[in-house]
Amino acid sequence: MIADTRLQVMWNRLLAVVEEQGQALVRAAFSPIVRECGDISAGIFDLHGRMLAQAVTGTPGHINTMAEAVKTLRDRFPLQDMKPGDIYMTNDPWIASGHLNDFLLMMPVYFDGRVIGFTSCTSHLVDLGGQGMGPEGSDIFDEGLLIPPCKLVAQGEVNALLLDIVKANSREPIANEGDIYALIACCEAGASRLTQMMREFAIDDLSQLSDYIIDTSRRGTLQAIADLPKGVWRSVLRVDGYEAEIELHASLKIADDHVLLDFEGTAGCSSKGINVPLNYATAYSVFALRCIIGPDIPNNAGSLDPFRVVAPKGCILNGQPPAPVAMRHTLGQMTPDLVFGCLSQAMPDAVPAEGASCMYDLPLRHVADAVDRGEEQFALELVFSGGTGARPTLDGLSATAFPSGVWGSQIETTEAAAPVMFHRRELRVDSGGAGRQRGGLGQVIEVNPAKEQDVMLFLSVERVRNAAKGRAGGLDGAPGRIRIGKDGRDLPGKGEVRIPASERLLFETPGGGGFGPADERAPEAVANDLSAGLISAAGAQFYGVKT
Amino acid sequence: MTQKAGLRLAIDIGGTFTDTVLIHADHTVLATAKTPTTTEAPAIGALDGARLVLSKAGADWADVTGFIHGTTLATNALIERRGARVATITNDGFRDILEIAYERRYSQYAINIEKPDLIVPRQRAFTIGGRMDVQGVEIEALDEQQVPALVDALRKSGADAVAICLLHSYANPAHERRLRALLQTAMPNLVISLSHEISPEAREFDRLCTTIANAYIQPLMAGYLADFKSRFEAEGLRCPILMMTAGGGMTTLETARRLPIRLVESGPAGGAILAARIASEVDAREVLSFDMGGTTAKLCLIDDFRPQTARRFEVSRAERFIKGSGMPVRIPVIEMIEIGAGGGSIASVDRLGRIQVGPKSAGSEPGPAAFGKGGTEPTVTDTDISLGLIEPGRFAEGRLAVDVDAARNALADGVDQHLRLDHAGAAFGVSEIVDENMASAGRMHGVESGKDLSQRVMIAFGGNGPLHATRVARRAGVSRILIPKDPGVGSAVGFLYAPVSFEIVRSRHTTLDALDIEGLNTFLAAMATEAYQVVRAGAPDGALEERRVAFMRYQGQGHEIEIELPPNALSADDVNALKGRFEAEYARQFSRTVPGMTIEILNWAVSVASAAASLPARRSVPSASKPLAAETREITCDVSATTVLASVFDRDALSPGAQLLGPALIIEPQTTTFVSADFAAQIDGAGNIWLTQQEVSQ
Repeated sequence: MIADTRLQVMWNRLLAVVEEQGQALVRAAFSPIVRECGDISAGIFDLHGRMLAQAVTGTPGHINTMAEAVKTLRDRFPLQDMKPGDIYMTNDPWIASGHLNDFLLMMPVYFDGRVIGFTSCTSHLVDLGGQGMGPEGSDIFDEGLLIPPCKLVAQGEVNALLLDIVKANSREPIANEGDIYALIACCEAGASRLTQMMREFAIDDLSQLSDYIIDTSRRGTLQAIADLPKGVWRSVLRVDGYEAEIELHASLKIADDHVLLDFEGTAGCSSKGINVPLNYATAYSVFALRCIIGPDIPNNAGSLDPFRVVAPKGCILNGQPPAPVAMRHTLGQMTPDLVFGCLSQAMPDAVPAEGASCMYDLPLRHVADAVDRGEEQFALELVFSGGTGARPTLDGLSATAFPSGVWGSQIETTEAAAPVMFHRRELRVDSGGAGRQRGGLGQVIEVNPAKEQDVMLFLSVERVRNAAKGRAGGLDGAPGRIRIGKDGRDLPGKGEVRIPASERLLFETPGGGGFGPADERAPEAVANDLSAGLISAAGAQFYGVKT
Repeated sequence: MTQKAGLRLAIDIGGTFTDTVLIHADHTVLATAKTPTTTEAPAIGALDGARLVLSKAGADWADVTGFIHGTTLATNALIERRGARVATITNDGFRDILEIAYERRYSQYAINIEKPDLIVPRQRAFTIGGRMDVQGVEIEALDEQQVPALVDALRKSGADAVAICLLHSYANPAHERRLRALLQTAMPNLVISLSHEISPEAREFDRLCTTIANAYIQPLMAGYLADFKSRFEAEGLRCPILMMTAGGGMTTLETARRLPIRLVESGPAGGAILAARIASEVDAREVLSFDMGGTTAKLCLIDDFRPQTARRFEVSRAERFIKGSGMPVRIPVIEMIEIGAGGGSIASVDRLGRIQVGPKSAGSEPGPAAFGKGGTEPTVTDTDISLGLIEPGRFAEGRLAVDVDAARNALADGVDQHLRLDHAGAAFGVSEIVDENMASAGRMHGVESGKDLSQRVMIAFGGNGPLHATRVARRAGVSRILIPKDPGVGSAVGFLYAPVSFEIVRSRHTTLDALDIEGLNTFLAAMATEAYQVVRAGAPDGALEERRVAFMRYQGQGHEIEIELPPNALSADDVNALKGRFEAEYARQFSRTVPGMTIEILNWAVSVASAAASLPARRSVPSASKPLAAETREITCDVSATTVLASVFDRDALSPGAQLLGPALIIEPQTTTFVSADFAAQIDGAGNIWLTQQEVSQ
């Protein structure tokens, strides 16, 4: 029998090991989204495929998905066929993490000749061929190369043919190869640190440790759930969609021993790549729930188990193959607002108003005909954020990512990387929804091609037609707005746009909703917003200030 | 001591105490003093310390030919918000560089975070027309017609300092310089910091923050330094005063006045320099320094006797130990990982029934429960007392009464009753958790730096370092530890080994294939000239060493690798060698290279430093002896978790060559070295204690 404190030390060690794995992966990665957002995951699993520890990385898109993916691979490949040094892999969106770019690896860990558990990691690869990152594909086959679960490494030997296939199907073969080797190294490092720990603590399997971690975490989570009011709450979130506006529906049941989220009633799939596999919708939904319910309990099989998410097959939050899913994060990142819509009815004082939520990607590329003219070729993946929803006791955060954890770009390094020039990047006055607590402000970006060449923009953003709603009497935030030239027409949030060399793109990100009635806002706070220029004299009228 | 000429004095002013050390030219310590810091006028307390050591050594001001000063004043001014009223000027259209920052939350699950206070509110953020492009080409002239309105706005805002940060000023500073000239004419008393002088690196948010921080402390530090100098000169000091910097070097008062931001975090740097010096004395090329005090533990990697440096750190964090929650400052610093784990760190039990230790600390007031100064919560020191590792009667030379029962009761109330453990179980658990926290931080830092810890020598010091060294080392996979002499006095002694140095990091983006050799040589030579000027002012004689570095990476990666350049002009022939060096280092860190991938360089550094003091002659290995323990005492063994008898030794009584086996305690006035059951101890010729992990018998 191992003492509880010893088990706790080992638990801490596992948490440290997955963080170390995650760091190593970020350092070696080539994809900007990995570098800037930490779009990776690393985890350790027991013999039964139960997740024991997972790195807290930049984006919540891997919560649950990795836990489920390893179970799937574990069931697919019989234990007795595994050999030391084997590593399995897939990028199947419905198994790994929602789109083809995310590669998931799983490695059995051997100790004294027996498998005692698994390490796993996921990373976003730069390019998998097809139409590339964008919503324009009409099915998964348009979106690039899908690799079903397979053995990538056999007893330490990398499957050369498989690697060649991945490289031959990519616009960035060298970066892809580098990323796959980084994933392999990450699995191996995790395995060696795990066995090192087992030697140090003189244990020869993980059974007692994994029971301790899972039982403790489940108990803590159930306690947190027990403290909540019980019942069923429903909400509807109207979003822009691609072809037409659509509704996302959810009902949230808080029971004594679990929380059940059901997307029944949600619209069907789009013909474009904004559909969301359920594993990914689950990741962001459970993230939102865990922000409010037991946020201090680490992610593992025990703490995730009481959270269940279901959806009718074929709805846009449970898109089925071969639906296109490349931009599944556009709507996936909206699911926290849907969840908060339910949860705020149960816990009115704990849940923020709606925010910009969907990150404002600004992918700029050379136009196709630039190649023939010998103009500069480039691909820039910029991400800008809007405002977050006001919190029950605090204003929303201006120009800040939520629910994603992406990092914004810096103008100087961006201008060094590609032929673009920025003329403005400032907070967007009056864009935060008025309220006792004000919503966070969006921002205004003005950018144009720095050279005499047109530039292509690939849009997939939300909240252009549907603003972030206020809560508890707070007002809505400003919707996003995208134009070419000050007098240009408002563009829809999705699709391709050509920016002429002579024109400026005006890209305004949404503000967050307000919380509570605006006339309850402290007069000093209104005066400060006014003197700081966060609200205009006109905007101050919402607060009853006469000008 | 008859020969008194060539004495050197080091003064380290901390928040609570001022440490003063006087050494002889041959680096023997003549006298030390610890005096209370006089917060209102810190120079007064420093003078007390200086007089004390001079009189102890029977020396006179005329004998002092070197004077090194480090202070936490700059750090504290930032933490305590005692700086100037700062305004900012950025380009039109970019008023919110500070507010927008990196658009991120520092804690993923925390809904109710508040962002750090970055000193300048939007009301004092002004802009001006004009624009440089990424190459430094003027796209739009500075709009000088806006200046009168700007002056008016600055006056109205009540600002007494201004930070000017214009886009791409690292590539062309003309607009920043012109704006300074115009503002200075209109407002002669305005303190102005220009971003290209403070931190000429790309990334406008970081550069602006650094410039703001500099402007914020500049008036205060200028006044302080002038006062300090005049008081010491009135006392009789004749040599120049050199200031300790965060980068681990010394610089002149003039440079310190211009760039006071470089003085921030200079205190802890002293500890790392001391460790680096000891590393060179014992020829240990791979070292992990471990400095554990009352509130925090600090770890630093030292390779080839050079502490690892970084170019960015954070001040005034919203949450002290959470990365990304503070204000970035881009200056050369000795890179240290700081963990909220010290003797005063408080242990508690969370709602999952897990023991948590720190970052909350009982500090020195009220302090650990055992000290009877009002502390009731169990601390790491209470734990060590309960485990029997601190001998109550001899703690702090017996000047502090230690109440063992109070320590045990605090643990019983704070930990046992939540976990239903006995005292030993709770104390053992707290120790395991805090030691694991420190070891994990060390391992993580190793991973982030691409360094392996297992072959390193740990050099442990600080009040609690020698006590926890074996427990942390074992978990970090480190098997050799060195405890230097006087491990309780750290930084001030380290100051005396610091070179006069200055480092400049500047951005200039290029790929390795497209190196403009001639342009680059001009660029690097200009940086070198500037660095030489600064260093020569503080080191008029003697050899100087120059080091040039490029920060290289594969295009698309975020992680840069530091590659040393030849210290003279580059030629086309060097390009292949640079590529080879990059690939070798990349392969060392990541086990492979990425053939065919473009290599790019964004930042370049030039540092100039005076040559290090020569090493003392290695003392011959003394013959082995097995000293007898003065006594034994019962402790809880950290390996077996059972009660065992540990031998107790006085460090003073252990002569070079002495060898002993754990479990043992080696006691000295400021601290105790704990030799765990799986370690053996040996005293080397210089008086260092070496602890070596013994082969594990299964």
